[in-house]
Amino acid sequence: MSRLALQSKAEPTPAEMLQIRLVEFVRLARENGFRVGVAEEVDAHRVALHCGMINAWRLRWGLRSLLCSSQDDWERFDELFDAYWHSGKGAARTQSLAGALVKRKAQDGTGHKGSDGQASEADQARQAEGDDAGEGGVREGTSWRENLMRADFQFIADSGQMRAVELLVERLARRMRRRMVRRQKVQQLGRKIHLRRTLRNSLRYGGMPLQLAYQRRARRQPRLILIIDVSRSMSMYSYIFLRFARGIVNAFRDADAFAYHTRLVHITDALRQPDLLKVRHNLALISQGWSGGTRIGESLEYFNRDYGRLLNSRSVVMVVSDGLDTGEPERLSCQLELIKRRARKLVWLNPLLGRAGYEPKTASMQAALPLLDLFAPAHNLQSLMALESTLISL
Amino acid sequence: MSETTRVNELQRRLAEAGYVAERSLAATLELFTALKRPLLLEGEAGVGKTEIARVLSHLFDCPLIRLQCYEGLDVNAAIYEWNYQHQLLAIKLLEQGKVDPESAEHQIFSEKYLLKRPLLQAITQPRSPVLLIDEIDRADEEFEAYLMEVLSDFQISVPELGTIKATSKPYVVLTSNSTRELSDALRRRCLYYYVEYPGFDKELRIVNARLPDIGPQLARQVVSFVQELRKGDMRKKPGIAESLDWAAALMRLGVNSLDQDIEAVMDSLVCLLKTREDSKDVSQVEVERMVARSV
Repeated sequence: MSRLALQSKAEPTPAEMLQIRLVEFVRLARENGFRVGVAEEVDAHRVALHCGMINAWRLRWGLRSLLCSSQDDWERFDELFDAYWHSGKGAARTQSLAGALVKRKAQDGTGHKGSDGQASEADQARQAEGDDAGEGGVREGTSWRENLMRADFQFIADSGQMRAVELLVERLARRMRRRMVRRQKVQQLGRKIHLRRTLRNSLRYGGMPLQLAYQRRARRQPRLILIIDVSRSMSMYSYIFLRFARGIVNAFRDADAFAYHTRLVHITDALRQPDLLKVRHNLALISQGWSGGTRIGESLEYFNRDYGRLLNSRSVVMVVSDGLDTGEPERLSCQLELIKRRARKLVWLNPLLGRAGYEPKTASMQAALPLLDLFAPAHNLQSLMALESTLISL
Repeated sequence: MSETTRVNELQRRLAEAGYVAERSLAATLELFTALKRPLLLEGEAGVGKTEIARVLSHLFDCPLIRLQCYEGLDVNAAIYEWNYQHQLLAIKLLEQGKVDPESAEHQIFSEKYLLKRPLLQAITQPRSPVLLIDEIDRADEEFEAYLMEVLSDFQISVPELGTIKATSKPYVVLTSNSTRELSDALRRRCLYYYVEYPGFDKELRIVNARLPDIGPQLARQVVSFVQELRKGDMRKKPGIAESLDWAAALMRLGVNSLDQDIEAVMDSLVCLLKTREDSKDVSQVEVERMVARSV
């Protein structure tokens, strides 16, 4: 805090200088993915005035409450604050913000946290695009996102982008549910009057039908069951799908997820954990621990035996696999048929299908194809989004 | 009064009211009262989020208005509803006399027949109340959007009556257990504080504050036992309320020290373990080991 005071004295107009620094800090926060608008910039000044710039802890706490809006932000705020206010003199001031950030990251070598990786990645992308890094953050952020929508998961190599994709995938799952619920509500606009109950209600009011009773339509959401292949051939994709599964499992009331390679594991509970770190840990164990060969048929047999009760006329079963199977195809088709008979729809998502020139020629894929209601690619965010309409049409 | 002393003062008053708060929380609450922005509290279940609103209303000496969110919460349950029965009665009475229909309508749709639900109540108080919107993540997205409108304009429009402007701006506290992702717009509009499970010292102070009759030894043991338990991989981690319950249960069973009566400890663990899996996972051997460690 003494440094703050010193810095302010060194400048010609300390108050203004501090104000500029504060604005810069708020912008830096925005570039790092904090949800901060102009109103927050103004409020940051009120906070600074209120807390006083002298007591660094008070300012830190005040700004933290103002600028953070999720647990994730909360956890990385301190680092950002320190990096900005306690970094070496001059560096942050002379260079453009984004550049300064990248440089500092490089100096410290603190790329260990994925979130920071993402931020610096965004900055690098912005720098690569050239002209004024500080200005058009929002617009560039969008195009950066759009590119991600189309990128094949397997080509996303760096951890920062990967994290962004994971986040998007999870949000996508949540949004699916939101849209479906909304559609159902819109449908409900044309409600039917429950005549008998309305008459009954009217008795209270001397025969005047004041309280209308409506027939309630049952809310029907599909029961989603995801069966995810985590074998070695899928290792580029499996983690993404596990995150997708997490989104689904958390958003839909009635959803279950399984992972398999040679045997099947029920992972719904592991995914429901609210603590992301713990989920990540659990998922890492699942997706890395046993990337052996694949036996789809056997795993599905296990599913039918132990979890067959999950299937009903509302269930949509989604098998995520590349179809590279070491088991017998007859067994697979037999089990798939069992599932198909009990479930409403059977969907097979194949990440390879997005590749140019891929044809599902493997024996097991050939055996499965006639039984599927939908055989769709799942190699990027766009293809996952396209799934939504299938789910709604149920 | 200087800034630091204001925070200290608030922290002291919170403690007097029975709420043990860290300095950073006190600082945030101080800011919250000064800026009058809504405050969004997140954290695991049972870390005392709701309690903050309660203690604030106690400190400000103002009413606490609580809106519990749930899936399907709609405008009628959250903002206002016409009192149909009352209106109907009025219509019947008006039919007897000769009243011109225009004024009759005015009469029927007047504030007299308006049932105020929490949100409308909160903005029509003579003094600023504390408005607690509990578990906002359970409400639907539509409601969230509507809530945002109310929170930014502090006015509510009732078609038959016109716009009702706020007479006082409430202190709004929102809590969330992050069962659903909240919209960015709502998050942006709020101050944010993430409430963590308390550390050993803080929890000990809470237990002592809430259960003054508890002996120092039992208090220490209970707290370190619960802290140890939280470190494990549990489906439902015990919150502060659970530790208090457990401590009270032990006192009731006449236990002065955990190691003196393992049976009673086992019997009273129902206060801490709330799912079948958790109670299955914690065996007597495990408990004995943890008790031995916490003595």
